[in-house]
Amino acid sequence: MAKQIEQLDRVIIRFAGDSGDGMQLTGDRFTQETASFGNDLSTLPNFPAEIRAPAGTLPGVSSFQLHFADHDIMTPGDAPDVLVAMNPAALKANLGDVPRGATVIVNTDEFTKRSLAKVGYTADPLADGTLDGYKVSAVPLTSMTVEALADCDISKKDAQRAKNMFALGLLSWMYNRPTEGTTSFLKSKFAAKPDILAANLTAFQAGWNFGETTEDFAVSYEIKPARLPSGTYRNITGNLATAYGLIAGSKRSGLPLFLGSYPITPASDILHELSRHKRFGVRTFQAEDEIAGVGAALGASFGGSLGVTTTSGPGMVLKQETVGLAVMTELPLVIIDVQRAGPSTGMPTKTEQTDLLMALYGRNGESPVPVVAPSSPADCFDAALEAVRIAVRYRTPVIVLSDGYLANGSEPWRLPSVSELPEIDPGFATEPNGPGESFLPYLRDEETLARPWAVPGTAGLEHRIGGIEKHAQSGDISYTPANHDLMVRTRQAKVDAIARDIPELEVDDPGGEARVLVLGWGGTYGSITAGVRRVRRAGGRVAQAHLRHLNPFPANLGEVLHRYERVVVPEINLGQLALLLRGRFLVDVIGYNKVRGLPFKAEELAGVLQEVIDRD
Amino acid sequence: MTENASGNGGGGLGGLRLVPRSETEYRMKDFKSDQEVRWCPGCGDYAILAAFQSFLPELGVPRENIVMVSGIGCSSRFPYYLSTYGVHSIHGRAPAIATGLATSRPDLSVWVVTGDGDGLSIGGNHLVHALRRNVNINILLFNNRIYGLTKGQYSPTSEPGKITKSSPVGSLDQPFNPVSLALGAEATFVARTVDSDRKHLSSVLRAAADHPGASFVEIYQNCPIFNDDAFEPLKDPAARDTRLLRLEHGEPLLLGPDRGVVAGEFGGLEVADVAAVGEDRLIRHDAHREDPGYAFALSRLDQPAFEHVPVGVFRDVRRPTYDDLVNEQVADARAERGDGELAELLASGDTWTVA
Repeated sequence: MAKQIEQLDRVIIRFAGDSGDGMQLTGDRFTQETASFGNDLSTLPNFPAEIRAPAGTLPGVSSFQLHFADHDIMTPGDAPDVLVAMNPAALKANLGDVPRGATVIVNTDEFTKRSLAKVGYTADPLADGTLDGYKVSAVPLTSMTVEALADCDISKKDAQRAKNMFALGLLSWMYNRPTEGTTSFLKSKFAAKPDILAANLTAFQAGWNFGETTEDFAVSYEIKPARLPSGTYRNITGNLATAYGLIAGSKRSGLPLFLGSYPITPASDILHELSRHKRFGVRTFQAEDEIAGVGAALGASFGGSLGVTTTSGPGMVLKQETVGLAVMTELPLVIIDVQRAGPSTGMPTKTEQTDLLMALYGRNGESPVPVVAPSSPADCFDAALEAVRIAVRYRTPVIVLSDGYLANGSEPWRLPSVSELPEIDPGFATEPNGPGESFLPYLRDEETLARPWAVPGTAGLEHRIGGIEKHAQSGDISYTPANHDLMVRTRQAKVDAIARDIPELEVDDPGGEARVLVLGWGGTYGSITAGVRRVRRAGGRVAQAHLRHLNPFPANLGEVLHRYERVVVPEINLGQLALLLRGRFLVDVIGYNKVRGLPFKAEELAGVLQEVIDRD
Repeated sequence: MTENASGNGGGGLGGLRLVPRSETEYRMKDFKSDQEVRWCPGCGDYAILAAFQSFLPELGVPRENIVMVSGIGCSSRFPYYLSTYGVHSIHGRAPAIATGLATSRPDLSVWVVTGDGDGLSIGGNHLVHALRRNVNINILLFNNRIYGLTKGQYSPTSEPGKITKSSPVGSLDQPFNPVSLALGAEATFVARTVDSDRKHLSSVLRAAADHPGASFVEIYQNCPIFNDDAFEPLKDPAARDTRLLRLEHGEPLLLGPDRGVVAGEFGGLEVADVAAVGEDRLIRHDAHREDPGYAFALSRLDQPAFEHVPVGVFRDVRRPTYDDLVNEQVADARAERGDGELAELLASGDTWTVA
């Protein structure tokens, strides 16, 4: 039976199930298939902090949303076109995000009286009209999987666990995805367990065959590859891109990478990844706490390594005293803060942009630190590399503000050519620089105001540095009032001067007639851009700019802000960048703030922008 | 004092086998910095500094390959007064900073200088973890049993009931015994010495430097301003020889001519009259016992306060050092698969090409 194939330009699919159902793996495999097919894509994993919340409950629901298209897209999508719900909890937790008219595929085997009651369904939503207006495909995924695996030599429980592969097979058929990648992935993952491998391959194939043969699915869909700029691509998450950016920084500077870190969600994957790359000379140190992680990194920097620490908000607060010491000792140090919902423990697996003011001002004393924020998962590579460049060139700690959305989300990444990456010259001091063959550890470079970096083992340059205020050249302890004033101002001037060494803020305003500017920073780039596109498609005029550098700001930022009648600043916080812009530039920016632990939706931002455009 | 089977090659000391040897014949003055020493008159830190400066030439390490790392407190000003590399860091964090430095630079001789407040209170966590990891660093803990730089509050080694500014009717804390604590963390080298005994102090420093891995040295140090004469019972010539138990590997444990240490109940140790028990029952000190239990029992002999205080090397055993193991993993990865190629790394995983 030849089935009909319908062309689509984009699709948003959300896989949802219990934490133990393997939804992240399913989503990840579908993503890899989609990437290798050549679609543009963006993903949003969303999972509870609990490793295995009680089965079948709302808090235990884990989901993975994927947006893929035949054109360039910016976000994981606002509303799913397809929801795959592996149990009643997954349906209940996600249905609110799914517009009527969308497809809902449910695993009917799990819709038992008991499971329904567990999440507060008094009647079966498959029968009581809850799903009216949706295209519902009721599929007994579990029992069909078990049936398909009847000949496999595995327990019933193991057979049931393969239902995610059945679902993946079915969805792969529906969207004409290539399957070789998943087949080879399973072969490698279960190489040591041939029975489980056979079960997963069989389930995957059975899901595909079911789509191909059943009359429930009359149509499959095709989304043509996207016309992306030429090059070699891979799909990459923000955390992986961050790890690669750090390794690239190490390679390009010739400095061995030393990571001091303590496990914390959602940053741990960077530690995991870097610990695998010892042949790049990477040393990873899992410390006793966050403080020791950054302390060891700074110690390694003193010794001439590229000292790096990775963390999230609750760890960041603990590291700040050492960041302050790095400010005072003027040593390179890269601090990756993968922001998550706070305060305190907050919501570990949910995203937020609430550490900006802490990064800038969360230390005692006047303690200026450059801050860089990536704008997309793949951009984490460039942001990490840029942080290394600034840290080494200016002998300063640099904070990278990634976030949970970027960290776990993914998108296609066009591989850079290694030779085009910036070269970073550590420029170690090797000769005395003071009178009488003396060494003055704080005698600065005139252009960068950076101090010389003399590492132990260099004869004749022995010196002592520390957290106490020091003489402006010799570095000796100094409590002289005028000297302290000079040093405070000099440290600030050094960081301010980095503005000369970073690109000016670019404004995207195709018509050149916009009166409203939307300005964002960090991980909201995709949502804001998608919102702007919607406004423009509807005939609205809006200019867009996005900050990568939060400290110092690009030199032209003030001029850009003053060029527009109104400036909208969407942030996943209560207005931290807005506060800075008002204070610095006396511009009455309009904040748009939501802190739901999730990225903005394109539609809501489009609405906000249109509303501001329409104001008189 | 220690006769560690070297086996490290290069003729170097165990703890310094990856550190270059100095071609210069140093003298004590070569290790004095140009900074004015700013401790209070009579502070025990002066004696320790002088002993350390006079010991460094015999270490035979180029000045530029020595790094002093300290935290905060009176003792932590130490690095400023030495002409080596130095970091005066953050309260309690010196062991963490030194761990990163030593792990990334095995060619350095790294020394941590800390105090009872810095090392045992705010930095207690970093101290025990550096010890259990056996990072190749030497930790000198100056114990004056008081907070000096903050002007006289009780410290985690102060005796209970101590009257201080923050404990006007007596402190309530049970103190740490730093040696017991270090042994509890299974430190591979644990010693104790006294600021006023330069010869003993120097010998302990030498043994600590010899030791590959983390060495922990508690130095009793007098604070003449806030806790004067805290160690007087050990310095008073009349009582000194009956209270100080000098630990010499292979020698019987004797407290003066008449008393010695014998095995007690439950694996403990006790002091007995030699005449009553006979010389044969005296324990011969063995610093190389793998099980830290014996050294721990030794460390409990000073209860009640200063009745009998062992000084010298309690424990000196070999265990692979953390920095060696880390660097070995890096070297093995490179030997097996070659140096990492960035382009290859970036293109790992599934890729596709857009024309």
